[in-house]
Amino acid sequence: MSHTATHEDHSAEVRKEVTKVTIILSVLTVIELALGFYMMGIEAAGTRLLIKGTIVILMLAKAFYIVAYFMHLKHEVKNLIMTVCVPLCIFFWFITAFLIDGNSFRNLRNTYDPHFKEQSTIKVEKKEVEHKEAKEEKVEKKEGLQLDAPRTAD
Amino acid sequence: MSTTTTATTTKLWGGGKSPFDVEYGKLMMWYFLMSDALTFGAFLISYGTIRFSTNGWPDPNKVFKSYPFAAEGVNAPLVFVSIMTFILIVSSVTMVLAVQAGKEMKKKAVAINLILTIIGGIAFLSCQAWEWNHLHSEGAWWGMNPFLNADGSASSTNFTNYFFTITGFHGFHVLSGVVINIVMLIMTLTDQFEKRGHYLMIEKAGLYWHFVDLVWVFVFTCFYLI
Repeated sequence: MSHTATHEDHSAEVRKEVTKVTIILSVLTVIELALGFYMMGIEAAGTRLLIKGTIVILMLAKAFYIVAYFMHLKHEVKNLIMTVCVPLCIFFWFITAFLIDGNSFRNLRNTYDPHFKEQSTIKVEKKEVEHKEAKEEKVEKKEGLQLDAPRTAD
Repeated sequence: MSTTTTATTTKLWGGGKSPFDVEYGKLMMWYFLMSDALTFGAFLISYGTIRFSTNGWPDPNKVFKSYPFAAEGVNAPLVFVSIMTFILIVSSVTMVLAVQAGKEMKKKAVAINLILTIIGGIAFLSCQAWEWNHLHSEGAWWGMNPFLNADGSASSTNFTNYFFTITGFHGFHVLSGVVINIVMLIMTLTDQFEKRGHYLMIEKAGLYWHFVDLVWVFVFTCFYLI
């Protein structure tokens, strides 16, 4: 009898936890969306970066709650937690190294490739034709979908 | 009682039982999800690297600004995608409830929550199908990018290539998740788990489904918010 009682208690406990985590996830998502809407009206690069950083932190918090509670990892034995989490530490290197590399490549090109630098400063009215020419056949098959695009005969 | 617990914890590596204290299938599901996390991670990091290495990038709020049955030229950024996000979170919650009901051997509750999860998955896929179709009608596809960079300069096709590849890969995972859940539902309704005496299979399907939700958290943030 007492076994059934603890079983019911445990069930109620789990349901409480699920409700709690659902609310946390919803609230975090709403905050993320609010920040997203707020960011639309902001031009300053520094502030935008700060908001983006906050969104990333909220994203990681959401990921933690999903993995820890929904996927139940927090209640598993330490061995299992370690065997899952330790290998994923590679992401620390993976993200840092590649983003730094991408950033460095942009800086190098801006410094040594005048064409690349110039390209990014030219404002255009409409999408370049260059890519459309590559897809000329496809566009033509679409029948009038993008035929208003100017064709340059060069 | 407490002495037994201490003895088993200290002897996790003593042999005779899994040191991870889960059944084989669940452990392998975790390892599969880790490898899948690395795949998605590689995709998203590649996207980030390319974005970091270019000067301009299209503004997501100007690209994803419509929703079904909206008037032409409507400007409602983030609205549709937030609905998609909540659909996936809710379907994840019903999946947790299905797993919990399975632990309590409540067949009916398992079936109901699985059906709700499947409906959520199909709703998400329908939303994504609409969005892809809408973007395609605007001239966006692999190799075609009609959107300008946020600063008004010409954009490359990197934006659409990454968007369709990564959301497509995620959508394919959702599709497989729905199929797995349908299989679980059939197995539940045909009493397969009752005969086995446990619903452990639902837990593995649940892990996969939560992972799909987890990936969406990252995809949603990387493509729509930042």
